[in-house]
Amino acid sequence: MSKQKIVIIGNGMVGHNFIEKLVASEGYANFEVHTFCEEPRVAYDRVYLSSYFSGKTAEDLSLVKPGFYEANGVKIYMNDKAIDIDLEAKIVKSEAGVEIAYDKLIMATGSYPFVPPITGNEREGCLVYRTIEDLDMIQAAADKGKVGVVVGGGLLGLEAAKALKDLGLETHVVEFASRLMPVQLDDGGSALLKRKIENLGVSVHCSKATTEIVAGDDCVNKMMFADGESLETDIVLFSAGIRPRDDLAKQVGLKLGPRGGIQINNQCLTSDADVFAIGECALHDGMIYGLVAPGYAMAQAVVDQLNSKTAAFEGADQSTKLKLMGVDVASIGDPHGTDENALSYVYENGPEEIYKKIVVTPDGKKLLGAVLVGDAEDFGNLLQIMLNDMDLPEHPDALILPNRDGGGADLFGPDALPDTAQLCSCYDVSKGDIVDAVEGGCCTMADIKATTEAGTGCGGCVQLVTNVLNNELEKRGVEVNTDLCEHFGYTRQELFHICKVEEIKDFDTLLSKHGKGHGCEICKQAVGSIFASLWNAYALEEDKIPLQDTNDNYLGNMQKDGTYSVIPRVPGGEITPEKLIVLGEIAQKYKLYTKINGGQRIVLFGAQMNDLPAIWKRLIDAGFESGQAYAKALRTVKSCVGSTWCRFGLDDSVTMAIELENRYKGLRSPHKIKMGVSGCTRECAEAQAKDIGLISTENGWNLFVCGNGGMKPRHADLFASDLTTEEVFRYVDRLLMFYIKTANRLERTATWMDNLEGGLSYLQDVVINDSLGLASELEMQMQALHDTYQCDWKAAIENPEFTKRFRSFVNVDEPAEQLFVEERGQIRPATESEKLAGIAVQVKELV
Amino acid sequence: MNDFVKVCSTNDLVKNAGVAALVDGVQVALFYIDEEVFALDNFDPVGKAYVMSRGMIGDLKGELMVAAPLQKQHYNLKTGVCMDIEGLSIPTYPAKIENDQVFVSC
Ligand code: SRM
Ligand SMILES: Cc1cc2nc3c(=O)[nH]c(=O)nc-3n(C[C@H](O)[C@H](O)[C@H](O)COP(=O)(O)OP(=O)(O)OC[C@H]3O[C@@H](n4cnc5c(N)ncnc54)[C@H](O)[C@@H]3O)c2cc1C
Ligand code: SF4
Ligand code: FES
Repeated sequence: MSKQKIVIIGNGMVGHNFIEKLVASEGYANFEVHTFCEEPRVAYDRVYLSSYFSGKTAEDLSLVKPGFYEANGVKIYMNDKAIDIDLEAKIVKSEAGVEIAYDKLIMATGSYPFVPPITGNEREGCLVYRTIEDLDMIQAAADKGKVGVVVGGGLLGLEAAKALKDLGLETHVVEFASRLMPVQLDDGGSALLKRKIENLGVSVHCSKATTEIVAGDDCVNKMMFADGESLETDIVLFSAGIRPRDDLAKQVGLKLGPRGGIQINNQCLTSDADVFAIGECALHDGMIYGLVAPGYAMAQAVVDQLNSKTAAFEGADQSTKLKLMGVDVASIGDPHGTDENALSYVYENGPEEIYKKIVVTPDGKKLLGAVLVGDAEDFGNLLQIMLNDMDLPEHPDALILPNRDGGGADLFGPDALPDTAQLCSCYDVSKGDIVDAVEGGCCTMADIKATTEAGTGCGGCVQLVTNVLNNELEKRGVEVNTDLCEHFGYTRQELFHICKVEEIKDFDTLLSKHGKGHGCEICKQAVGSIFASLWNAYALEEDKIPLQDTNDNYLGNMQKDGTYSVIPRVPGGEITPEKLIVLGEIAQKYKLYTKINGGQRIVLFGAQMNDLPAIWKRLIDAGFESGQAYAKALRTVKSCVGSTWCRFGLDDSVTMAIELENRYKGLRSPHKIKMGVSGCTRECAEAQAKDIGLISTENGWNLFVCGNGGMKPRHADLFASDLTTEEVFRYVDRLLMFYIKTANRLERTATWMDNLEGGLSYLQDVVINDSLGLASELEMQMQALHDTYQCDWKAAIENPEFTKRFRSFVNVDEPAEQLFVEERGQIRPATESEKLAGIAVQVKELV
Repeated sequence: MNDFVKVCSTNDLVKNAGVAALVDGVQVALFYIDEEVFALDNFDPVGKAYVMSRGMIGDLKGELMVAAPLQKQHYNLKTGVCMDIEGLSIPTYPAKIENDQVFVSC
């Protein structure tokens, strides 16, 4: 059987999503796929377009994994626009002259920004906000100008305004209607939003009609308004709505709606039985959906049909929750109460700037819509109540009133939700999917994200998904056992708190007051780390020894043969020739295997326990310090050469790396911490693969957090942009101390953040906006740890009681036998067969 | 069974942790917990290295144990029996404390 030829016009978010779904479908072997991509790059994430200004690159935004199309035999025509369709012969023609016959054609041409027909709208500096090219133009115009105006106070307009503000422009929003976000919000919600946005330094002008744009006196342009006023600006950014790209469809005679849009039925079929339309170009039941989720649902419906399944798109909910300029805004269902008998409840909290409104049916039984501004925590709950047509409680206002005394909480627990309830609309994940994932072994929010993708889009659903997850775990008797181990019925975080509040500084006290038994390697290490974080307790003090793993006890990592590694700190990877020579001499003297390791420093392997103090004495005399490679602590800060040597370097990455290393060296934490500093976006230091990463920009440092390599590599997230050095340290102090206080044992920063409710934005709130009021305490604690830092090895060799610990045997003064063989001119541990064959030798026998 | 040999004093032991001793050519791991001393062979049968004395000790389900430092298998301190891998155990040696002196018999 020959393959069915599927041609997709448009490689935007929905076009690509369609291809991904088709490739993943069972019948994919029966299809041959071609797609036209008018833009110079494959599909990218418009939803996160604004992050392009805060450091994300076009590659970061790409939705297509490198090699995905090639690997799956998808033929893509880049930079090529479909310009004609012969519906009779079923052939698509492109600008570049490609002609392809199709069996089924998919229109996914998206939409374009509407520019109101105002005289002067084509002047220099008049721009729109939809593609990466648009953003490049905005950036260029912003570099030259100082004022920017956004025309349109809807969702996108406010997002664009934030971008202009971040680019350092004096920013205005001009809205024709009498309020912001006229489609989603009511007057009360809009008024509050306006106030909040104005507090952020953006001027908002409502009820303003622009009549003309002319040359300005101080700026490039001057906007003239119907009320006689005017406003000088360099940039005019139009964000006055979108219009479907239906020109090609119109040209070939596909049926359009009265006001545009390619008309489709519930099967997403156009007026031609072999042509589908999906995404923002499609008009369904009189609606154009300006959101991705409905487009993805349409894509799914078409893929199912191509796989001979019955499927339909029956409209989608347009509820939205966003963070606009740091302000939570959500709109659910019909918040305007178009049914005039509908009842509404409003809660307004002036001092805290919170506005909430719900609209219910005249009998008070069902929820019709809601508006939340300033606090959108109830979004998930309210949305589910509406979508699932659940009965409201007797007093519906309880849903939005603050729950101060703890009563009446959880009117609708996760159990009230049906399995079909869609929790994550970005990835269409239902409660049932979460339940299945838990059945399949998922136990943490991080597992859920990896398995179902829920929560990895806009993030709006994380809170709700977490509730469902925990509820399911509890029901399974997993009873969300967060106990550290059988000796302590607490989490690491709780123990941390207990030790701090009760000022507990030794294990026996903690065990007798709060635990049972003798402890084990799990709780002992966790508590040892807590003591170190809280009191900078020294590992070799007699009562701390039992709390350390061997690596911490002998201040080196134990190798497979019982010898240890020696890794001195080389801050920022910078080392003098003199120090290199000392390392070489030590390695020669003690016959140590020498290697440049992955952390930009030098490691000496094969040191025998009884030699460690002498080796370290030599190192310390030469000015080295412990590298703490054995500890759950700061490891290395990797750096590139930066502006000192590199022709692209924007700032001195080496100095920054050394300063970071010196501030945080020795810091004990739930897991190891790694950092990186790159002098420009070429990123030679791989800072985005570190727990803390800095990349120099024209205007300061971009701070990335919670990345790692290792078993589950994870890219770091951009945390804040264009920081001064002082801000960097302030934020890193707060963030690391908060991590140390709240993470679970052996939880690296990435997992920790993914498991925090609210994830990245919550963390930003805590660290940048000090939402918990903890900032100064966190900074003080970090300062105290920094002030009491001591080099573990220096302390060890200065105290005979400590050096005693490194004897091979307590009763005789001789080293333990240790067998090696030579390879490439250096030692390595002998294998079992080499030992048996007698070809392994002791170090002292090596010449 | 050989005679008890005097190995060291209790001052050489570390409370709630281990040290190594060489007794009649045998590497022995000595663990000191609840005023009692336990002697196991120092060889880790899984990691194949003389490291048991450097493992952490404590209890699991009420049994005193040592966790091997390389791969963290648990061994009963009194019997040497591995709690994670069936059929595996480490030799144990009689040990005692008299007048602050530690005696082991290998
Ligand atoms: C020596 C070195 C390999 C080398 O020859 O290059 C090394 C060696 C070890 N690594 Fe590593 N890692 C080394 C760089 C890395 C890197 C690269 C880097 O830092 O840029 C990574 C990936 C980056 C990261 O961590 O995000 C790395 C990811 C790991 C992991 C996985 C961590 C994770 O989150 O998945 C472990 C296991 C663990 O920590 O639980 C690990 C654990 C280990 C241990 C400690 C395993 C052990 O317990 O014996 C190894 C012994 C170290 C020793 O003997 O001192 N090592 N390890 C590197 C020492 C760097 C240093 O000076 O501190
Ligand atoms: C700044 C911004 C923020 C947004 N935020 C959100 C949000 O938070 N949540 C949300 O749900 N939605 C958001 N959206 C909307 C979302 O991006 C769109 O709903 C989504 O991109 C629609 O996908 P699409 O594939 O239909 O259209 P598009 O992504 O526009 O893709 C259409 C593609 O087809 C190409 N094309 C058109 N005609 C042709 C032709 N003849 N030949 C070849 N190629 C052609 C176009 O060049 C384009 O690349 C946002 C949009 C923007 C711009
Ligand atoms: S990758 Fe594995 S084997 Fe290599 S050093 Fe790291 S932990 Fe050891
Ligand atoms: S709803 Fe957007 S990530 Fe789940």
